[in-house]
Order: sequence, then C-alpha cells, then structure tokens
Amino acid sequence: MTEPQIALLMLGLFIFIIMLGFPIAFTLMAMGVIFGFYAYFSEGVPWFENQVFYLFTQNTFSVMNSDILVAIPLFLFMGYMIERSNILDKLFMSLQVAFRRVPGAMAIAALVTCALFATATGIVGAVVTLMGLLAFPAMLKARYDTSIAAGVICAGGTLGILIPPSIMLIVYGATAGVSVVKLYAAALFPGFLLASLYVIYVIVRAILNPKLMPSLPADDNPMKFFEVFVLLLKAFFPLAFLIMSVLGAILFGLATPSEAAAIGALGSVALAFGYRAMTWVKLREAVYLTARTSAMVCYLFVGSWLFSSIFSYLGGEHLVKEFVMGLNLNTVTFLLLTQLIIFILGWPLEWSEIIIIFVPIFLPLLPHFGVDPILFGILIALNLQTSFLTPPMAMSAYYLKGVAPSHVQLAAIFKGCLPFVGMVFIAMAAVYIYPQIVFWLPEVLYSP
Amino acid sequence: MIHSIIRHIDQLNKAVGHAFAWCIVILVLGVSYEVFVRYVLNSPTSWAFDFSFILYGSMFLMAGAYTLSRGGHVRADIFYRRWRPRTQARLELFLYFIFYFPGVLALVFAGWEYGSESMRIKEVSVNSPAGVPIWPLKMLIPVAGVLLTLQGIAEALRCVLCLREGEWPARLHDVEELEDALQHGAHGAAPSTTTGDRS
Repeated sequence: MTEPQIALLMLGLFIFIIMLGFPIAFTLMAMGVIFGFYAYFSEGVPWFENQVFYLFTQNTFSVMNSDILVAIPLFLFMGYMIERSNILDKLFMSLQVAFRRVPGAMAIAALVTCALFATATGIVGAVVTLMGLLAFPAMLKARYDTSIAAGVICAGGTLGILIPPSIMLIVYGATAGVSVVKLYAAALFPGFLLASLYVIYVIVRAILNPKLMPSLPADDNPMKFFEVFVLLLKAFFPLAFLIMSVLGAILFGLATPSEAAAIGALGSVALAFGYRAMTWVKLREAVYLTARTSAMVCYLFVGSWLFSSIFSYLGGEHLVKEFVMGLNLNTVTFLLLTQLIIFILGWPLEWSEIIIIFVPIFLPLLPHFGVDPILFGILIALNLQTSFLTPPMAMSAYYLKGVAPSHVQLAAIFKGCLPFVGMVFIAMAAVYIYPQIVFWLPEVLYSP
Repeated sequence: MIHSIIRHIDQLNKAVGHAFAWCIVILVLGVSYEVFVRYVLNSPTSWAFDFSFILYGSMFLMAGAYTLSRGGHVRADIFYRRWRPRTQARLELFLYFIFYFPGVLALVFAGWEYGSESMRIKEVSVNSPAGVPIWPLKMLIPVAGVLLTLQGIAEALRCVLCLREGEWPARLHDVEELEDALQHGAHGAAPSTTTGDRS
C-alpha cells in the first residue's frame, strides 16, 4: 500500500468507528497516534523517540494556548448563567403582549423569544426544551396548529448557533484560521435575513389561513402602550442590551471576543441577581457544565489537529485535492457538492464534529475555486441549521418531542420544521447570489 | 470489588474536574479586571494573555476525565442507541482497547517527556516580559493522561459489569444539562450525542 492509500484507509476506518458510537475525540487521538507511529516510523530509531509523540503534545499544547478558543468556556458560562436566570417566561410574556396586534402573535413572540434567548445562551437543546414546556402548551391552548407551533420553536431555537456571538463561529474561525471578529460581522446580516424570513413566513401563513393561528380573544381591559413598554423594559431590554454590548464591543474592536465574553459572563451573573434567580446551586451547576462542555469541544480539537496533521503527512489531503480536481467542477457545483456533503453529515453528526473534523478536508480546496473562507463559513453555518431540523437526527425536534404533551406526534413536529428548512435553503441561495449580505458589514467596519 | 474500583475512580475524577471547573470564575474575573484597568485606569496588565490561557487550558484538560465519567464526550449514537446493552458493552470494551488506551497512554508518555523537559528548564511564557511560568501547565498534560487512563479503566470495567448483568450500571449524578433534566417519559427518544447518557 502506498502512503496516500493508508491515509484513505485511516479516514474510512475513522468514519466506520465513530458510526459504531465510540467517543469521537478519543478515536481521533488513538488513530492519530497509531497511524502517526506508522508514518514516522524509521528503521533504527527507538520506538519511543518516534516523531508522533512530540507532534501529539505539541498539538495538545497549541489547543491549550489558543487565544481564540479561550472565548469558548467564557461564552458557555455566560450561556449557562442566562439559562438559569428565570428570564425566559418573562421574555415570552412581554413579547406576546407587544406583538398582540400582529397576525400569529404568539408564534411570532415564540420565534423572537427563541431567537433572542438562543443567541444569548448558544445552547439549542435548552432553548427548545424550555420553550417546549412554556410556549408550546400555551400555543396549543390558544388552538394554534400543532405543526406551526412546533416549527417556530425548533427553528427559532436553532438560530442560536448562527446569530453572533455564537460559539460555532469561534470554532469555525479556529479551524479555518479566519478572524472571528470578521466572521461575526459577516454572520450578522445572514442571521437577521434568516430570522426575518421565518417571521415573514409565519405572518403570511397567519394571514392566508387565520384558522392555523387564531388571534387571542379581545381583552376587556387592554394594556396601554406605557404598560407594555414597562413590561419590555423589565424583560426584553436587559437581555437585548447584554447581547448588543457584547457583540458591539467585539465588532467595533473595543474588546477581543474572549474579553467581551468575560464581560458578558459578568453581565449574565448580574442579570441572574437582577431577576432574583442567583443561587449558589445554580452557579455551581453553570461552573460544572461549562467545564464539561469545554472539555468536550477542546478534546475534539486535540484529537482532530493530530489526526489531520497525520492525514496530510501521509498525503491524504493531496489525494482528496486531486480527486476533486478530477471531477472538473466549477465554483457553483463545488459549493453545491460540499454543502450537500455537509447537509448529509448533519444527519448523524453534530455541528462541532462536522466543523472540527470534516470542514478541514474542504478548506485547502477553497482557493482553487475562488471561494472566500468567510463566505464558506457562513454557508456552513446556515446549512447546519438544517441538521437540527431534518430527520433522522433532528435534535431540536426530538428535544421538543421529549417535553411535548403525549398526543403530539413526532411526524407533526417534523412537518412543522420542513418549511423552515426551505427558508434556510432560500437564505443560502440569497447569500450566494448576493454575497454583499455577507461582505458589506465587514468591509464597512474593517476596510482601511 | 469492581463496583468499588469504578466508584473510587469516578470520585477522584469528579473531585479533580469540579476543582478545576472553578477556573472559569477566576478567568471571568481576571479578564474583566484586565479590561477594567485598560480602559478605566489606562494601564493594561502584561500578564493577561498568559493568565487566560493557563486557566482555560488547565480547566478543559483536567475536566476531560470527569467529562468521560459523565458520558459527556460526543459520540455519533445513531445506531449505537438502538442496540441491546450487552451488544453495546461488548463492542465498546473492544474499542476501548484499540481506540482509547493507545491515545491516552501516548498522552501520559509523551506528555511526561514534554512536561519534565519544560520543568527542568523552569520554562516561562514568551508572550510577555512578566515571565509567567508555564511549566506547571505543561506538566498537567501527563497528569491528565493518567486521569484519562484511570477513567478508561473504569469505563472498561463498566462494560464488563454490563456484560455480566445485562444492563448498564448507574452513573454518578451531579448536574445534568437543563434539556436532559427536563425531558420526561421519552427515554431513548432524544438522541443525546452531547450528553450520551446511555438511557
């Protein structure tokens, strides 16, 4: 066997092993060590002086002193604190009142609540579960169509991995060697675009068929504008202000992402105090969960950096490049192919593995097809929304099913998610056809 | 006997993981302090970057074994979760020997070479003139390797127990992700790749 063939064997075996359900980070580490030992083996050199061992610790240490990845635990901690600050029910209530004159008011309120809360916490499963307990029964009680009610919660909650400051973009930035700040600026309008498409879709459906989303019975004693404003002031503005100041500090270059995340984390603790939700137990939970989730993501990096350096040392990267070149693709077909692969990978895998492990395989091909890595990252971020919403492994749908009343069928939830998947594809097409949606803000902010 | 070994290893890694988890609070306060002195007092610290990566690096590295003990390392369980516990255990026991121990043992061995060399020369960070020592951080690599090896032994023993008894032994519980804590009556419905709680 030639070395590139060994590299392909390595990749194939890896995919097979992780499909058996073994923890991915350690599979990467062990396979990196085993195949690296083979790759760097030379006659006469003692086994324990094999180059792979040095490479392993070197890679481990570069994950440990990465100035980009430091931001991940800080954002996670901020998210876990906000998740525990009892803000969600107040937020949903206030938005529901604020939107009461809009068709499909509750669905819009649920969508905006999900999007805002998911943006602040970055933890999709938690948003969908909490909203599944809070907003979903409320919508069903108001005789909303089950599928639409399910769709807005799943789709809205999933927006959290796209709209900055999101952890996914930090992970992509670290993987692709792109500035996280520019990625945030680039993702802002595509994120808003997708969120607006969702809102427009719901309003149009509500106008076309009011039976799907009946308006609430008129209140005898409607709230005055001022009262609504006070409600929003208490529940909506503090969280929105926190997100905007964190994001603003990053975009205007006042603070690095990790500094902004630390300030945001302090802000989230203040928020928890403000809503009288701060307890010793909650702080402890947030601290432990932060450590666990950070370890999960960072060990993936440790494994993946070793694995991919061995893979390219064996010539695997070159082989993939030659293969793709041989397909005679142009930019459009190349993008369609890669996005299709990522879409399919989203069935069994989560965004973290897809970005840390599989995206690096495509990255060296980008210059050849003239694709900007930032644009590519935004397309992936949009695309990965679908992995939460499409069967067989639609995480959002399953989390909602787990807390929904038992008569709600999984099929109804999937049916509700489907139109939103369509919106994601529209947004991806729009971003490709009008790349200014992505590039305008970074150019305005960072061009000399 | 087996139960008591598993329990001791779990307890050890829980204690270490919990202790290092608190680094995040120090990290938040330290980084915020740096921002404060830079903008308000106009005198940035020289050690901020070293400080932040040392805390972040040691936190995630030392929490790795604790995360494993809670089934928190991500896995693609699309097929796995449909199998009977015995099938899962048989396969997993085999995979631990081929695709787990070589990696973590290399971490112990290579980490020791790397860390002890750094300790010998009392290595300090090159990022700042403050001379922040980083050899303790490098020495944590083999320590984390040892903890991961121990936890791997505990996990392999869990597989043995499961093979013997036909069901997975219960795990220690301290804190669950909110979404998992709130899920009811839908065991096995939610794919739990991030939490992998094998229910």
